[in-house]
Amino acid sequence: MTGIRTHISPPGLLFAVLGLAALLVPFMTLAANRIVAGDGIVAWRIAGPEITAPGVAAVAMGLAMGLVAGRTRLRFLGAVLGLTGLLWLLSRSAPVLLSQGGEYARVSPAAGFWFLLVIFMLLMADALAALKPGPFMRGIILVAFLFVLVFIFRSGLLSDLSVLQEFSGRRDAFFTEFVRHLGLSFGSLAAAAVIGFPLGILCHHRAALRSATLPVLSFLQTIPSLAMFGLMIPILGWVGNTVPGAQAIGIAGIGFAPAFLALLLYSLLPVVGNTVAGLASTPPAALEAACGMGMTRGQRLLRIELPLGLPIILTGLRIVLVQNIGLAVIAGLIGGGGFGTFVFQGLNQTATDLILLGALPTVVLALAAAILMDIVVELTRQTPEEAA
Amino acid sequence: MIEIDRITKTYGTVNAVDAVSMTVETGSITVIVGTSGSGKTTLLRMINRLEEPTSGEVRINGKSTSSLKPHLLRRRIGYAIQGHGLFPHHTVARNIGAVPELLKWSRDKINARVDELLALFSMDPAEFRDRFPAELSGGQQQRVGVARALAPRPDLLLMDEPFGALDPIIRTRAQADLRQIQRKLGSTIMLVTHDMEEAISLGDHVAVMDAGKLVQYAPPAEIIARPATDFVANMVGDVERPLRLLSLISVSEIIEPGEAEGEAMPETASLRDALSACLWTGRDALPASRGGKVVGRVTLKAIRARAGAHA
Ligand SMILES: Nc1ncnc2c1ncn2[C@@H]1O[C@H](COP(=O)(O)OP(=O)(O)O)[C@@H](O)[C@H]1O
Ligand SMILES: [Mg+2]
Repeated sequence: MTGIRTHISPPGLLFAVLGLAALLVPFMTLAANRIVAGDGIVAWRIAGPEITAPGVAAVAMGLAMGLVAGRTRLRFLGAVLGLTGLLWLLSRSAPVLLSQGGEYARVSPAAGFWFLLVIFMLLMADALAALKPGPFMRGIILVAFLFVLVFIFRSGLLSDLSVLQEFSGRRDAFFTEFVRHLGLSFGSLAAAAVIGFPLGILCHHRAALRSATLPVLSFLQTIPSLAMFGLMIPILGWVGNTVPGAQAIGIAGIGFAPAFLALLLYSLLPVVGNTVAGLASTPPAALEAACGMGMTRGQRLLRIELPLGLPIILTGLRIVLVQNIGLAVIAGLIGGGGFGTFVFQGLNQTATDLILLGALPTVVLALAAAILMDIVVELTRQTPEEAA
Repeated sequence: MIEIDRITKTYGTVNAVDAVSMTVETGSITVIVGTSGSGKTTLLRMINRLEEPTSGEVRINGKSTSSLKPHLLRRRIGYAIQGHGLFPHHTVARNIGAVPELLKWSRDKINARVDELLALFSMDPAEFRDRFPAELSGGQQQRVGVARALAPRPDLLLMDEPFGALDPIIRTRAQADLRQIQRKLGSTIMLVTHDMEEAISLGDHVAVMDAGKLVQYAPPAEIIARPATDFVANMVGDVERPLRLLSLISVSEIIEPGEAEGEAMPETASLRDALSACLWTGRDALPASRGGKVVGRVTLKAIRARAGAHA
């Protein structure tokens, strides 16, 4: 503390106020078994002071370090300290609480934990943003972050938590559905690209096709997702039963095929729309010059229009990927597999932990995909901006 | 030699270009001038077949342009437009080498040509080769645009208001540079402008267009001295006509023996410069010099006589 007039970061102040408020909200939940609703327990009562005191202190200290404006490294360290405090509280209190709860007891993080987690993540993002990391740096941060995450789960620190108990009973199913989820979201993205790029290029050249196609794709986009997945059941069921050989390649009313098709239909508008917009973004004078110097239509497309439109086209793919990772959860409803399987099983059994087992990895996957695609988009935008 | 033979372009019921015929000599600059909408751009774009003529024909060195596929024809004709049209994602070198690349020149030959052109346009190749268009000034972008059009040594260079986006001060510089480079390379240029001043100072021949028709095609001195129609006279501007004429005549043409007071005028200067020196310093005569030596004088009376000769 050098002077009275320490500058305070406005977002840091917001984080600190919200963070202190979150400390007053239950931090952990203890339930008698996996079905019943549990009781919330605030942070300083989850265990003895030898556990709660350092944890709460670390959280408070982290929030305080986030207050100092302009000290990016200090704020970043504050976020790390806060997250460490949260991890400490979570991992240390879980066995203590379990031992109080009886044979079938379940402990899980409660609202207070989630609020603080979000607050420290935002603080970290705010601090990192001030460093203006380049695309490579962001890639490294993402990998490091995922590495730490995997490390924490592999270490067994959190294995007493109910979500991980659900996980340990379903280890094989989890990885099968994980691969299924990736297959659904990346597979439908690839299919959308294979169909959408040529369609977008055709639409770029033919105004009539464009004005017919885009409204149809927009309409598809407006169909509510539950209805869309539901509609696929009779349609593909009919195809499977009437078209010879369709069933042999896995086309049926339920399962992977209808889920894949529904995701594909949702993907077409962003892919086609952004391809059209990207190709149309070429400066008219550059196009006129390309024509006037004797480039053929194909040469103009490959050398001028596609490279200049690439960032916009890839932004379309980014939208699709993040959207599909989320939407693929609904595939679980029609037997399409993926993390949605756990979510809908959990809903049926009113087992919140099972729902989280499906939802949490979906969120992490979507965030990681968004960051990764942002990096790719930025790397393709290699030309310098017009000097101001 | 470029022969344009009764070329016409009709949009709906309007003749944007109406039976224009003209012959452009190899190694000269022809400026097409006219008000906005008079059909200049359409005429130019029919030469490289960015527009197909409704009727008529263009022949380059005796060969009809319709005998080639349009994109192959265009690779032999340079094309530079207002706002340069450089490819923002390609370096200066790649922009300049664009047509040679289409023509499948070897890498070495392209690189050598790029450096040669950059040097010709007074841009250090080492410094500018790897820059992107956004990292150049407006004048530099325009020069790279022209260099790109000249790269494959085209039979003909078409320029549509190439200086239109430049501010007036660099525009004069750019015009002078173009003139000098054209003389050095012996290029054949057809340039479109709406600025009569630019037409007169740049053109070996000036073609004046009005509502799709070619109303006069002549050397600049004749355009000023004997405008074919009121429209041309208007374009030249009645008030400035004598001054425009004087700007085309050099001091050397009216040097007479004798002496005069004050600073000397080099004989290569125009009579317009001599007139303004007279008026500015209040003299009736100026010493005229050749290579720094006074060789005679120019009198205000003689200048006035030349200006009045065509009035
Ligand atoms: N593609 C087109 N369709 C219809 N009319 C056109 C087209 N291009 C040019 N015109 C018309 O032809 C006339 C000449 O245009 P243009 O050659 O661009 O004139 P300038 O270059 O002298 O300003 C104008 O009246 C313009 O409106
Ligand atoms: Mg024009």
